[in-house]
Amino acid sequence: MFTKILLATDGSDHSVRSTHYATELAEKFGATIGVVYVVDGSTSKTDVLHHTDKFEVKKKRKEKIKKVEDVLQNTGIEYEIHILHGEPGPTIVSFANKNEFDCVVIGSRGLNEFQTFILGSVSHKVAKRVNCPVLIVK
Amino acid sequence: MNLEKIQQEWFGNVRNDVLAGIVVALALIPEAIAFSIIAGVDPMVGLYASFCIAVVIAFVGGRPGMISGATGAMALLMITLVADHGLQYLFAATILTGIIQILFGVFKLASVIKFVPRSVMVGFVNALAIMIFTSQLQHFSGESWVMYALVALTLAIIYILPRFTKAVPSTLVAIIVVTAIAIFGNIGVRTVGDLGSLTQQLPLFLIPDIPLTWETLMIIFPYSLALAIVGLLESLLTANIVDDMTDTESNKNKESRGQGIANVVTGFFGGMAGCAMIGQSVINVKSGGRGRLSALVSGIFLMFLIIVLGNVVVQIPMAALAGVMIMVSIGTFDWSSIRTLHKLPKTDAAVMVTTVAIVVITHDLSKGVLAGVLLSAIFFAAKISKVKVTEELLFKEQKKVYRVEGQLFFASVSDFPNNFNYQDSVKEVEIDLTRAHLWDDSAIGALDKIEMKFEQNGIMVEYSGLNESSKQLKNRIGGLSKASGH
Repeated sequence: MFTKILLATDGSDHSVRSTHYATELAEKFGATIGVVYVVDGSTSKTDVLHHTDKFEVKKKRKEKIKKVEDVLQNTGIEYEIHILHGEPGPTIVSFANKNEFDCVVIGSRGLNEFQTFILGSVSHKVAKRVNCPVLIVK
Repeated sequence: MNLEKIQQEWFGNVRNDVLAGIVVALALIPEAIAFSIIAGVDPMVGLYASFCIAVVIAFVGGRPGMISGATGAMALLMITLVADHGLQYLFAATILTGIIQILFGVFKLASVIKFVPRSVMVGFVNALAIMIFTSQLQHFSGESWVMYALVALTLAIIYILPRFTKAVPSTLVAIIVVTAIAIFGNIGVRTVGDLGSLTQQLPLFLIPDIPLTWETLMIIFPYSLALAIVGLLESLLTANIVDDMTDTESNKNKESRGQGIANVVTGFFGGMAGCAMIGQSVINVKSGGRGRLSALVSGIFLMFLIIVLGNVVVQIPMAALAGVMIMVSIGTFDWSSIRTLHKLPKTDAAVMVTTVAIVVITHDLSKGVLAGVLLSAIFFAAKISKVKVTEELLFKEQKKVYRVEGQLFFASVSDFPNNFNYQDSVKEVEIDLTRAHLWDDSAIGALDKIEMKFEQNGIMVEYSGLNESSKQLKNRIGGLSKASGH
């Protein structure tokens, strides 16, 4: 049923939980996993400000999603990591649609109603606009 | 190939560049006016600056997609120049700033920015944010609750509207709503027009009306140097951020030169010195702007709006501008540095806090940066000037071996000779420098001094394990101090 699963991550513990769901799905269906980490404008600013050069920035981002990568490495599932730039929601949506992923796994941060109002919910945006089934991990 | 690149940079993204340019122009107007007011000049000076800089940088900049104009960092540096000497000196200082920046670009000095440590850069943006915020407080003095209410309304619209729609910039909506309330509610709050005049015409070429003397140069040079450094610092930081956001490379030396050319032109057209703007560049990239066209469109559209709508713009209440500036300062401040302050090495935190403190006290960003760089240099020297000496006594040979570990240079050698016991009853001393490095004549001098002291007590000294470059240095200048009889 699924051959290409997209796992959206922000490197948080919560997204490590989503990773376990993604790997179980992939194992069950023999699918490959694409991991996507989106760097938005303000993260770009903070990262550049705090690191000497772009190699260090790159390293720091790789470290950020290391926990996710560790999980994947232990399973032996074929995976690829993509670090993209832009607004998280629309960037994940267009990446998933363009590369014809057939399932998106994404964590929901578990914000309350007020936080969602102020910050917006990436998982909701993705679920609304992606062409394939979406698994939102709570 | 080259033509292809030019075509790509200009016309590779026309639709998005034009749209982003328009969005940026709308956001530039209130900021250019507010920064003029901070500097103590007519709003036109900032608007002309943003127009000229945006248009010129579109052609000569090294980082397509980056937006430059009148900025808070630069405005804060010119307050005393304008107050003490007037507008003409500001124009002259702007031109000189440009010349200094062009020299930076021509001599490829953009890489010296790497000597500015990260903690100083963080201190720089935080100090900038604090200064922009405090510069708004004067607009509140003697005002009624209406002012506070309008500022609160401005901020509420700016932050809440994007939740519902991102089709129109929320800053623009906030300004329109608050201006409408002020005009139709007839509530008599202070407006832009009360603080300066707006002329609805294109900037004209002018030569600053100043005496061309040594004295004039001495007045403007310190300002120009500070403006040039701060301008490049912010521009190159912004260029790095745009590089990262768009995942592309840029030419930093070309950008330095471009900033310089833009400032020279601006000075001749009645504008104040400016630089790249972090906030506006992020807005531009987020709105889809990638090419040179977006900067050009933003400058031209800004001028068009002022010529068409100038008489409306003067009616914008100061409350709306103060609200926008508070938003700018919140956006400029690096909040992550507060969250991670306790995790940083103590010296880094001290450098950051010192940079901020010096700026807040002196109101001069360049002094803060200088203090920060110096303090980091001192901390660095202190850190690497720790030299470890371990000793081992070889009974049979009546010999003592000292093993030296660390960097030997002017800052580390003052106490270095005290690590040795010159009264030992041994015949011979070996000083093993395998894990040490000699850097300068102070290091050689210290070794000579140690050798001399041992020899005074009849102990032979042998240096071993010198690495190649240290050996060369020692052969070149070693023994000089001894021979000269010190």
